[in-house]
Amino acid sequence: MSKVIMAVDDSTSIRQMVGFILKDAGFEVIEAVDGQDAVNHLLKNSGIDMIITDLNMPNMDGIELIKQARAMPKYKYIPIVMLTTESQDNKKQAGKAAGATGWIVKPFQPEQLLAVIRKVLR
Amino acid sequence: MNETNFNDIFRQEADELLFEIEEAVLEIEENPDDIEAINRIFRAVHTIKGSGGMLGFTKVAQFTHVLETVLDRLREGDLPVTKDLINLILRSRDHVKSLIDSTSGAGAIDPDQEEILLTQLNDLIQINEDKNTRNDSGNTMEENLSKYSPKAFIYRITFKPGKDIFRSGTDPGLLIEELKSFGDHNIILHYKNIPSIDVLIPDECYLSWDIILTTSRTDDDIKDIFIFVEDNCELTIDIVDELTEGDDDKEIKKIGEILVERQVISEEEIKNTLNDQKRLGELLIEKNKVDYDTIETALAEQAQIKKTREKHREEIKASSLRVTSEKLDSLVDLVGELVTVQARLSQFSSIMDHSELLSIAEEVEKLTTELRDNTMDIRMMPIGTIFSKFKRLVRDLSSDLGKGINLVTEGAETELDKTVIDRLDDPLVHLIRNCIDHGIETPSVRKENGKPETGTIYLSAVHKGAYVVITIKDDGAGLNAEAIREKAIEKGIIQREATLSEKQIYEIIFAPGFSTATTVSNISGRGVGMDVVKRTIGSLRGSIELDSLPGKGTVITLKLPLTLAIINGLLVSIADTSYILPLATVEECVELTRDYSDQSKGTNLLNVRGEIVPYIRLRDHLNIKGKKPSLEHIVITDVEDKRIGFVVDKVIGGHQTVIKALGPVFKYVKEVSGATILGDGKIALILDVNALMLFKEH
Repeated sequence: MSKVIMAVDDSTSIRQMVGFILKDAGFEVIEAVDGQDAVNHLLKNSGIDMIITDLNMPNMDGIELIKQARAMPKYKYIPIVMLTTESQDNKKQAGKAAGATGWIVKPFQPEQLLAVIRKVLR
Repeated sequence: MNETNFNDIFRQEADELLFEIEEAVLEIEENPDDIEAINRIFRAVHTIKGSGGMLGFTKVAQFTHVLETVLDRLREGDLPVTKDLINLILRSRDHVKSLIDSTSGAGAIDPDQEEILLTQLNDLIQINEDKNTRNDSGNTMEENLSKYSPKAFIYRITFKPGKDIFRSGTDPGLLIEELKSFGDHNIILHYKNIPSIDVLIPDECYLSWDIILTTSRTDDDIKDIFIFVEDNCELTIDIVDELTEGDDDKEIKKIGEILVERQVISEEEIKNTLNDQKRLGELLIEKNKVDYDTIETALAEQAQIKKTREKHREEIKASSLRVTSEKLDSLVDLVGELVTVQARLSQFSSIMDHSELLSIAEEVEKLTTELRDNTMDIRMMPIGTIFSKFKRLVRDLSSDLGKGINLVTEGAETELDKTVIDRLDDPLVHLIRNCIDHGIETPSVRKENGKPETGTIYLSAVHKGAYVVITIKDDGAGLNAEAIREKAIEKGIIQREATLSEKQIYEIIFAPGFSTATTVSNISGRGVGMDVVKRTIGSLRGSIELDSLPGKGTVITLKLPLTLAIINGLLVSIADTSYILPLATVEECVELTRDYSDQSKGTNLLNVRGEIVPYIRLRDHLNIKGKKPSLEHIVITDVEDKRIGFVVDKVIGGHQTVIKALGPVFKYVKEVSGATILGDGKIALILDVNALMLFKEH
C-alpha cells in the first residue's frame, strides 16, 4: 500500500507540481489549499502519512498548521516538511519550534523533494 | 500533465495574484495601517516568486525576490508607507506582469525599466540592512554540493538526538539508514540511558549511536544527513586523527540587544520604552483634536469593516471554482440547443394534445428554463472586477496631469455577463480618460470657479429591468456645445444653418474623426475614440447617451442588456416568415386596418392616444412579396426614448430564445442582429430596431 502525503499550499501551480512529483514516485497525494483546509483533512482522514506545507498561506499559515497537527493524538509524530524560501530564516525557526520535521527550499528539483521525503518517511 | 499545462496555470494564477496586489496596494495607500492588506501583498508576491522559480521563470523569480524583500521590510514595519513606495510597488507589479506576459509572447520587456526599479528597490533594502539582516545559515541541498575526493576517510560519528526528537516527527532510524548507505560501517547503539519502565516516558528518545564509517564522502555530506535535527542533537564527526571545523552562525543583532549586552541599559527598560510609543488615536485625544468617543466609534467601525471584508473574502474564496471560458461557453451552447429542442417538444405536444405528453413537456420546459437561467447566471460576474482597475487608472493619470481627482464607485457588485464586461473594458477606459483629460479642470481653474480643488468622477452600475445602467458622472467643465458645433461645421459634419438641439450637438461627439481637443496628447484627442466607443456599445446591443451642464459637469449613461446570448422577443410573422423583435423595446401592439392605412395617404404616421408615432412597413422595407392581409398589426417600440412602429402581419406572442449569430457572410446586414430556431424547426430573424429606426430617420 502506498504512502499518503498531503501537500498544502495556496498556490495551485505549486500544489500541482508537488502532487505530480509525488504521484510519479508512487505516493498517493491529498491536496489542501491552506492550513485550515489541511486541518480539516487531518480530522477527517486518519491515514495521512506525511505533510508537506508552505508557510505563507491565508486563513491559517504553515506554522499554525504544524502546531495543530502536532496537537492531534493521531498525528503527533507525523513527519512534516515545510516549503520555505531562502529569505525566511525566522519563519523556518518558528516552524522548527512548532515541531516541523524538516524543510525544503523553493525552488527545488524533484529529486531534492524526494530525497527529503526519504529522510523522514519510511 | 505536460509542461504547457503548468505554465498556463501559473500565468492564470499570477494574473489573479497581480490583480490582488494592485487592489491591496491601493488599499494601503488609503489606509497605511492595514496590516492585513500588507500581508496579502507579501503573500501574493511570495507565491509568484515560488511558483515562478519552480517552473523555470527565472527572470520573474529573480525580480520578485527583490520585491519580496522590500515587502518583507514593509510588513516588519521597517519601511514607512510613502507615496513613493506605493508608486514603486505599483510599477514593480507592472514590471512583473510584463515579464510574465513576455513569456507567452505577449509584449516585450523594458530592460531599462527593470534596472531602474531594481536600483530603487535595492536602495530601500540597503537602508534597512543594518536593522535586520538575516543570514540564512541553514544550507540548501543545492549549496552543499558533494565534493567527491578520491580518498576514503574513516569517520567517527556520534549522534545523540535530543530527548524530544520524536515530537518533531523525526525518525532517527532513518538518519542512521542514510549514513549506512555511505559506505562500510560499524554501528554501536547506546541504550544505557533508558530508564526503568515505571519512569520511562514512551515518546522520549534515550538512545544514542556511535558510528564508524568508511566513505569517500566529505564531512559536509555527513552533516547534511542531520540537517533537520542539527539544532536538537549532539553530533560529532571526526576524521580519525583529523579534526573538522564547525560553522559559525552569525546573526546581526538589533540595537536594543547590543545595548543590553553592553549593559548600557536593561532589557526591561527597552521594553518599557517601546511600549511608550503611542498610537495615533491616543495622540489625537491628547492633543484635544478629537474626543475619546469619536475614536472609539471609529475604531469599532474599522474593526467591523475589516471583519466583514475578511469574512466576505473567505466566503468567496472558500466557495469559488476556477473554470475556463471555453468550458463555460460550450455549456451555454449545449443549453441553448436544449432550449431549442425543448421548444420543439412543447410545440409538438400542444399539437398532439395528449395530456400526459403535455404535462411532461411542461415539466421539461420548467427545468430547461431553470437550467438556462442558472447557466446564464454562472457567466455573470460583478462589474467591480474592472472598477478597481479604474481606480488605478484615475490615480496614475490624474497625477500625471497634475489634477486632483477622486474616483467614487458604486454598485461594484452589479453583475454582468462576462463577455459584456470584457468588451466594456476599453470603452469605459476611454470614457474615463476623457473625463480626466478634458472634463475635470486643473486645481487652479477649479478654485477660481469656486469648486473644490479635487474633482470627482462618479462611476456607478445598477440593474434596471433587463438592463444594466452604467453612469459616469464628473463635476468638471462640462461639454462646450459651441465648440462642438464650430468643430462640426469645420469638419463638414453639419451645415452652419442647421439648428440642432443641445442633445443632438452632444451626439456629434460620436462621429468618426471628431475631436475638439486642440492638442493631441497621448492620452486622448485623436478623435478615434468616441465613435469606436459608440460602436462597441452598439455591438453589445446597448446604448450610450451624453448630457452636460456647462461649468458643472457631464453625465454619460450606458445602457446594456444583461446577457448577449438569450433574448426575450416578440414573435411576429410577415407572409410565412417569422421575425423576432426584442421584447424589452416593445411597448404595445395596435391593429392597422387597410382602410386606415389607405387614409393616411402614405405618410406612415399613426395617432396613438394623441401622440404621433411614425411607422415602418416591414413588408416594404424587407421587400417581401405577396399580398398584405387586410388586417395588419403595428408593434410600437420605444428606442432611446423615441417611439416607432413596425407593421407586421401577425403578432404571435412572447418567445424566449437563444440567439445564433448569422455568420460572417451577413455581417453588413444592419437590420438583422441574429437568428433563432423556432419550435417547429423554422428560422426566425431577429430584427435590430435601432438600425431600423436609423434607417427611417434618414
